[in-house]
Amino acid sequence: MTASAFLAAQGLGVTLAGRAVLQDVSLSLSSGHLVALVGPNGAGKTTLLRALAGLVPADGSVHVGGDALSLLPLRERARRFAYLPQGHLVHWPLPARDIVALGRYPHGATDPARLTQKDAEAVLRAMQAADVVELGDRRVTELSGGERSRVALARVFAVEAPVILADEPTSSLDPRHQLDVMKTLRAAADKGTLVIVVTHDLGLAARFADTILVLSDGRLVSQGAAAEALSEQMMADVFRIRAYRAEYQREAVIVPWAEI
Amino acid sequence: MSIQHVMTTVDVAGRRRAGVMSALVVLVVLLLLASLGIGPVRLSPPTVLDALFGGGSDVQQVIVREIRLPRAILGFAIGAMLGLSGAALQGLLRNPLAAPSLFGAPQSAAFGAVLIIALGLADVRSYALPVAAIMAAFASVFVLLAIAGRNAGLLILILAGLAISSLAGAATALVMNLSSNPFVVLEIAFWLLGSLEDRSFRHVMLALPFIAVGAIILLSQRNAFRALSLGEETAQSLGVDVARLRLLVISGVALGVGGAVAVSGTIGFIGLVAPHLMRPLIGHDPARLLVPSALTGAALLLAADIAVRIIPSTSDIKVGVLTSIIGVPFFLYLIMRERRALGGGVA
Repeated sequence: MTASAFLAAQGLGVTLAGRAVLQDVSLSLSSGHLVALVGPNGAGKTTLLRALAGLVPADGSVHVGGDALSLLPLRERARRFAYLPQGHLVHWPLPARDIVALGRYPHGATDPARLTQKDAEAVLRAMQAADVVELGDRRVTELSGGERSRVALARVFAVEAPVILADEPTSSLDPRHQLDVMKTLRAAADKGTLVIVVTHDLGLAARFADTILVLSDGRLVSQGAAAEALSEQMMADVFRIRAYRAEYQREAVIVPWAEI
Repeated sequence: MSIQHVMTTVDVAGRRRAGVMSALVVLVVLLLLASLGIGPVRLSPPTVLDALFGGGSDVQQVIVREIRLPRAILGFAIGAMLGLSGAALQGLLRNPLAAPSLFGAPQSAAFGAVLIIALGLADVRSYALPVAAIMAAFASVFVLLAIAGRNAGLLILILAGLAISSLAGAATALVMNLSSNPFVVLEIAFWLLGSLEDRSFRHVMLALPFIAVGAIILLSQRNAFRALSLGEETAQSLGVDVARLRLLVISGVALGVGGAVAVSGTIGFIGLVAPHLMRPLIGHDPARLLVPSALTGAALLLAADIAVRIIPSTSDIKVGVLTSIIGVPFFLYLIMRERRALGGGVA
């Protein structure tokens, strides 16, 4: 663990139904970074996010902000990790604003109709950051996929947690909204949040992430900047593809090209 | 949108909810008065109030305070508990078709109580009855949620509920079948139809403590239902202990429904109907639906219990029969409305 690491894991392992989904993952991540978590289907990316947030029982240890996760009460964990699951699921047609306000739940604001000034300000900030202010009164079920994903992001921002864990926030979005979501997360990282994003889009990962973690069969096989983590060798070994590589406007471009 | 705007939109919704709540309270009070006034001897509301607080003739006092008051109290408490249980289960499972009666909870509670009666372990006025009913109701909801697992779809819940209520019904039939005493069989059969007739304060004391504890447990979890709108995993990430919540809801529903069934028999579909009547008025927030659904449940059962006294018929219509006759078509209507979700398969 380096001195600047905000989130660190040692020997993290998860076994589900007798199968080792995650094995011996150790990592150390700093605040203000956008980290992309990539890997083939079934590599254990979602499980790693869950294990980091303490949502699945795991072996090994996680430290967040200097504290052992296992010793933190549920509510304190909830204040340190804002978790965005896949699919932006909402079961009832609630107003978008109430969904965003649920981000204040870990801070004791369990009723969106009774927010303190401080919580209301946090909700407004989050809605501004995700650009959903004008959607506040609309029911989430009436929103388009892109709008719903931004509301989900706003809910996550409203927690104002030092760590954001986002599971495929760009999946099922059109290209414009994918860029939109990644830029919003990038902005959050630039303000000091540690943002971990699971994605299948290596292009987005290479372009927006400071660090890329590559998972394969439940093991962390590479971590580092895009150039090393997504090297030709790694692409061949882990993803079994060849990629077209280039640079555009001084940013890395990776386009999956052919299977090996 | 400014902070002020955020607050005012909430105010508008809040005022609307407050209006609905006041209307419900007025309705329930009127129905309580009507319940005290209607019967073989009709009493006007002023007479009822007078008799209730010690005025009027001795006969009027006996009628209002000893015959009709326990019945009205039970109608209110049991109806409220059923409405609350329905709203709580719908919140827990994020599913508009969840209700105690669809999950076999009252049927199982009835089996527990029937078993006690048939075995001659206790008479119908002993605390053994609600305790057995509560244990059976707890077991049924627990088994149902265990079978359904996390994030269960509509189809699994309904099928498992059907299986459990059929099993409870079959077990009850078996007990009646094997029972050698025809008087006991008749007693059980009438009681299974669900009724509030001829209930005394002894019955109120039998049911009310359990209903009250169950209601307090369910209401104490209301905000967790709101977090659950985002799914179990996200709720957990927001600090909700989902496993504990499930156990508390099962316990609350079992205590309330078990306590209710032990004195009234099975009264179905109020838990399903009440939250649906409130959603268009209150909104879909599962936390805010709890209390209005309870009041609606109380109003529904009080109204049904008044109706069975008014509807002219050769023999008494049992209130449980009436709620099912009205409730089942409503259930069919809901199935039609939720057809898409149901057709979506198991997931």
